[in-house]
Amino acid sequence: MNAPQTLSLAGLEAVYDALATAIDQAGPEKSELFLVKLALLNAQALGDADAFRRQIDTALRDL
Amino acid sequence: MHQPTTQPRPSIYYPYQVFQPWLPSQHPPQPRHRVVIAGSGPAGMVTALELARHGVPSVIVTAELQFSQGSRAIVFTRRSMEILQQVGTADRMTANGLPWRFGNSFYRGQRVFRMEAPHDPDDRFFPMLNIQQQYMEEYLFDACAANPLIDFRWGNKVEGVTQRQGYAEVRVDTPEGDYTLQTNWLVDATGGRSAIRTAMNLQMEGASYEGFFVIADIRIDLPLPTERLAFFDPDWNPGNTVLMHREPHGIWRVDYQLPPGETPEQALRPESLQARIDAQLAMIGHGGTPWEMDWCSVYSARTLTLPDYVHGSVIFTGDAAHLLPIFGVRGANTGFQDAQSLGWQLAFVIKGLAGPGLLANHSAERVGAAREIIEEGGKSTRFMTPPSRGFSLLRNAVLSLSLTQDFVRPLYHWRTSRPHEYTRSALNSPGDDNRLFTAGPAHGAPPQNVRLGADDFLLDHLGGGFELLVFTEADAIAPPLLAVVEATRQRGVPLRVTAIGAARPVSGADQTLPDADGRVRRRYGVQASGGAYLLRPDQHVCARWITLDAHRLQAALATALPQ
Repeated sequence: MNAPQTLSLAGLEAVYDALATAIDQAGPEKSELFLVKLALLNAQALGDADAFRRQIDTALRDL
Repeated sequence: MHQPTTQPRPSIYYPYQVFQPWLPSQHPPQPRHRVVIAGSGPAGMVTALELARHGVPSVIVTAELQFSQGSRAIVFTRRSMEILQQVGTADRMTANGLPWRFGNSFYRGQRVFRMEAPHDPDDRFFPMLNIQQQYMEEYLFDACAANPLIDFRWGNKVEGVTQRQGYAEVRVDTPEGDYTLQTNWLVDATGGRSAIRTAMNLQMEGASYEGFFVIADIRIDLPLPTERLAFFDPDWNPGNTVLMHREPHGIWRVDYQLPPGETPEQALRPESLQARIDAQLAMIGHGGTPWEMDWCSVYSARTLTLPDYVHGSVIFTGDAAHLLPIFGVRGANTGFQDAQSLGWQLAFVIKGLAGPGLLANHSAERVGAAREIIEEGGKSTRFMTPPSRGFSLLRNAVLSLSLTQDFVRPLYHWRTSRPHEYTRSALNSPGDDNRLFTAGPAHGAPPQNVRLGADDFLLDHLGGGFELLVFTEADAIAPPLLAVVEATRQRGVPLRVTAIGAARPVSGADQTLPDADGRVRRRYGVQASGGAYLLRPDQHVCARWITLDAHRLQAALATALPQ
């Protein structure tokens, strides 16, 4: 089995900026809706409901 | 003194008949009855008709003097029609109802999902048929009235139930005062607000949802086909859902969700109804079309069931036993299946053909069905009326994505009522060949209909008892099998033998279906002569064999009728 593909540091930085900019672009009224849409698109791309549930658990930590 | 109204209910399309109340003074003293059924809705009347098919008389007591107010249940599934065929009312439903199979969901003016329910050429009935509940009740009532085993009592309201040793005392109020009925079994089919269930202090398990829906029937001429229409988050009702269905007689059902905090009383004010229905018609491009209100009500979704349907001499069925969301047409369609299941199993216990374990099986099977529906219907309900901020966010995200992303569109599916498969039923034969089949209805499944010819289908030929389908090209059913069949009938168990696949009548079979093109054989996954299916009186499969022998037939019948 191949090791799971991860982001390079440059890639992570690009995602960081893109996501922050998009949240601002969506605006305070719509940013939550935007983030849920994004989560669903990512879940579909991930193609693994269990892995997504683990990501939910990780994201719920230390709020 | 119970005084039901003698004024016909208002309706712009249905002429209500007011029946005469049944009065105790006009009848001789009552013996102890075998079955009293409280309630004359779909579950109550189908139970009575099924009991009568097995020779068991019953008394139906119903509080009102006429059929129910408003259209109520309007969508009937194929399996419901197969059940109604068994009790003799499917033809009238078909003659007067509107068949359909497509559903459409809209968001921001775009159709984002289209449901296409398959219509197999082997099915006699369409996936769905729309007709108002009054007609469905009228047809069932006519069948009950024509049946000498059914004693139908209008204007008789159950006021109290006392459980005695092995029977129940039922206090019934009438327009001339009350009287007491004794009955070995009381079937409570009085619906979701059952006073019997409340008085017995029985708790239902499950969830209630807060979102209210107005259900309104209007007469309007709309040039639209009979298809389900669902509108999400329309401009005139932001965040909420609207449903539309065509009914016979130029009636349309319009259901719309209320904004949070609005009370049913506020929602049912005429000016509120007028404004909202006008807004909905404008949104679909028919603003200004004249319309007239027939009936309206308010509904909220619940997914609740009693954990057991048999309590002493009292048996709960239909909505008295469970409350299920309308999304997916779960109410009456589940009630028919409850009643069909209860009818034969109660009859067999009363006739001594099985022990009380059969009623425990009925309860387990139907509670299992209700829980399955709650699981499925809960998903639709959480999409239609999101119960929390999180569910609202997800629903709205799906609406938004659905404009461009195919993968979320199936989430719009309303998960239509389908018959429960009694996969783990205690009546399924453990020693048969169920697991060796690669096709055909499995343990506990409802039967597969098969077209035999013009206006001729397999299920037309089956029902009313156990059915042994023997796939054979031989001239005769094997004598050892016939010996088991004969011995079973000697005990009083109705058992019919249908030979399938022989060109000439098969000796020992009650009927022979030639199946010249092998269609039945294929649909039942039978590869060679000697295969067989055993269907219960509700037509669900309880055993099937690659090669049937007398010993295993005997074993399957013993399992299906626990003593």
